[in-house]
Amino acid sequence: MSTFLELDHVTKTFGSEGMFGNGQITVAVDDVSLSIDEDEASITTVAGESGSGKTTLSRLLLGSHVPSDGRMLYRGKDFTKLTSRERRNFRREIQPIFQDPFESYNPFYKVDHVLDAPIKNFKLASSNREKKRMIEDALEMVGLLPGETLGRFPHQLSGGQRQRIMVARALLLKPRVILADEPVSMVDASLRATILDSIRRLNRDLGISVVYVTHDLTTAYQISDNLMIMYRGAVVEAGTVDEVIPNPQHPYTKLLIESIPQPDPKNRWGSEPPQQNWDTSDTDMAGCRFADRCPAVMDNCRTTVPAQYLINKHQMTRCFLHEDKGEMENPDITSTFQTESETIKAVPANMSI
Amino acid sequence: MVQPTIEETRLSTEQAIQTYRTGARITDVDALVVDGFSVYYETDSGTVKACDDVTFTLKQGERFALVGESGSGKTTLAMGLMRLTRPPGHIAKGSATLNGRDLTTLTDEEMRRTRLSELALVPQGAMNSLNPVMRIERQIIDGILDHVEDDEKSPNKDELDEMVRDLLTRVGLRPGVARLFPHELSGGMKQRVAMAIGISLRPSLIVADEPTSALDVVVQRQIMQTLGRLQEGLDASIMLVGHDMGLVAQFADTIGVMYAGKLVEVGPVEEVFSDPKHPYTKLLIRSLPSLKEKREFLGIPGLPPQLIDLPVGCSFADRCPSVFAKCREVTPLTQDLGGRRETACHLYDGEAKS
Repeated sequence: MSTFLELDHVTKTFGSEGMFGNGQITVAVDDVSLSIDEDEASITTVAGESGSGKTTLSRLLLGSHVPSDGRMLYRGKDFTKLTSRERRNFRREIQPIFQDPFESYNPFYKVDHVLDAPIKNFKLASSNREKKRMIEDALEMVGLLPGETLGRFPHQLSGGQRQRIMVARALLLKPRVILADEPVSMVDASLRATILDSIRRLNRDLGISVVYVTHDLTTAYQISDNLMIMYRGAVVEAGTVDEVIPNPQHPYTKLLIESIPQPDPKNRWGSEPPQQNWDTSDTDMAGCRFADRCPAVMDNCRTTVPAQYLINKHQMTRCFLHEDKGEMENPDITSTFQTESETIKAVPANMSI
Repeated sequence: MVQPTIEETRLSTEQAIQTYRTGARITDVDALVVDGFSVYYETDSGTVKACDDVTFTLKQGERFALVGESGSGKTTLAMGLMRLTRPPGHIAKGSATLNGRDLTTLTDEEMRRTRLSELALVPQGAMNSLNPVMRIERQIIDGILDHVEDDEKSPNKDELDEMVRDLLTRVGLRPGVARLFPHELSGGMKQRVAMAIGISLRPSLIVADEPTSALDVVVQRQIMQTLGRLQEGLDASIMLVGHDMGLVAQFADTIGVMYAGKLVEVGPVEEVFSDPKHPYTKLLIRSLPSLKEKREFLGIPGLPPQLIDLPVGCSFADRCPSVFAKCREVTPLTQDLGGRRETACHLYDGEAKS
């Protein structure tokens, strides 16, 4: 077992108190420890509402943000001490897929351009023939026909096709990890299945780990193995989807799951939940950030930050309701995740359209 | 946060229509009758029938949801009812009768007065529908003042302030929001402001076009529940336009499914979800991912047809698993299956109640 990337008590804050700052500090990621293993390929969902810090966390993982506090390790080596060669290697091994399949293309270039560029930049092919073969293989891998895709301009393809080309682009670089930040939120519901299916196939067939950032817990439940729920910077609950979704322990996770509009008219929403109070700044809140919206709030929630309590082997939460369960010895939240050897891939093999 | 007061203007419930939604007060009074309503776009390459021969009735107090894929004509229909269709689009035929007046025959000035006062729009993406350089209070007051009749006295400043405060409280915002600019508000708060503007003149029909499509699940739920509470307080009807079947299941009383410009199925939401009739509705419901079980989640194979020069027969024929010869020859008409259920599909040719 070797660790690809490790976050060790990482905190990321924005804003400053100095001469030019307005004194408001936003804690976007708060004391998160996790690791991504490269031998055990899994799909991990990072979920939370806007402003929960999920995008900041994914930027940290991509190396485009530097932690304000804590350490980030790439294959055991401190991220700030990487040589340029190692850093370049890191950039190849973790590949992003972004939210908007319309903005990630230059409309003046044919779609071939996004596939040519990585091959050229990383000198992956020695001949044009090899390049062509690599591109065609990658497109077929995501279920696209090269003949119907290559040579076209982005506007001639549907959002679903464009997003799958982005998956193919990531594939060309033979990454260890794919980080997909809301890859289907801009795509019509009927096309979502195909994109998620191609992502899942990469995980299963090529052994690539996937970090799936989303606010949609329904698709997360369908495709991922593990789940992290973020609220205002903190990971409030984590574990395997099979533990967390049917049996959420943190009041915020419960609210999130209850609020998903279930396609079942006989089972409607309960009463209106309280609104988030954005007037309190992050630094004003001494205790749990969810305290002012929490239906089960207690006195110590407002004064002390809850630790990570282990509910069972595959589920942890940061909530005082579970203080009796005892703190996690290993702060790494991914230690609650399912490893591949335990995984019974119960998910159906065929999710194709 | 101050909880808004719900005004109880209860109608007689003698004629109430059966519904499963608790708190629903649907009466057998027709609020909106849409008959053969069609919006066409004339282009150089032909006529695009974006919304074709749509017929349905919305009762007072009812929540009607219009669903369909992008390009199915649901927004075209909603904008057509508001008479906000832009050229080359135009209302080709049909009528839409709101509280006894046919909207399609009103003059532009009459229609302008009808909008907001009787028929209000809560737009999609409220973040882009507010004026960035105007304070919230000004944007709310604008609509109110614009609809003061010539022979009426304009409300004075204190009255307007009171109205703004009342509206903001009702949509769940602090009165202090009145003095803010749109960029100081979150997405959910902006959507609430858009709702406040929408209900400012107590309309009898609220058209909500994907009001929560850019928001998170918790905020989405809060907004939809606030919208429902406002609608009940006003005894208004709602037409919700969207593609999120989950949201429809949670919110609506009645569902109308659109495909390629036509309304292919209408019925009470519980019955359509448990026993869909049209093959498209069946596939749509089957394609929804669930939180209860992990299973294959399938899309609908194929793509919707181009709306220019639609083929003869049913537009769904090419994607339909139950297609047979007649589907490609005769365009299916809407059939009444009884119990407020209707569908336009040849599978039910023998079952029509009328």
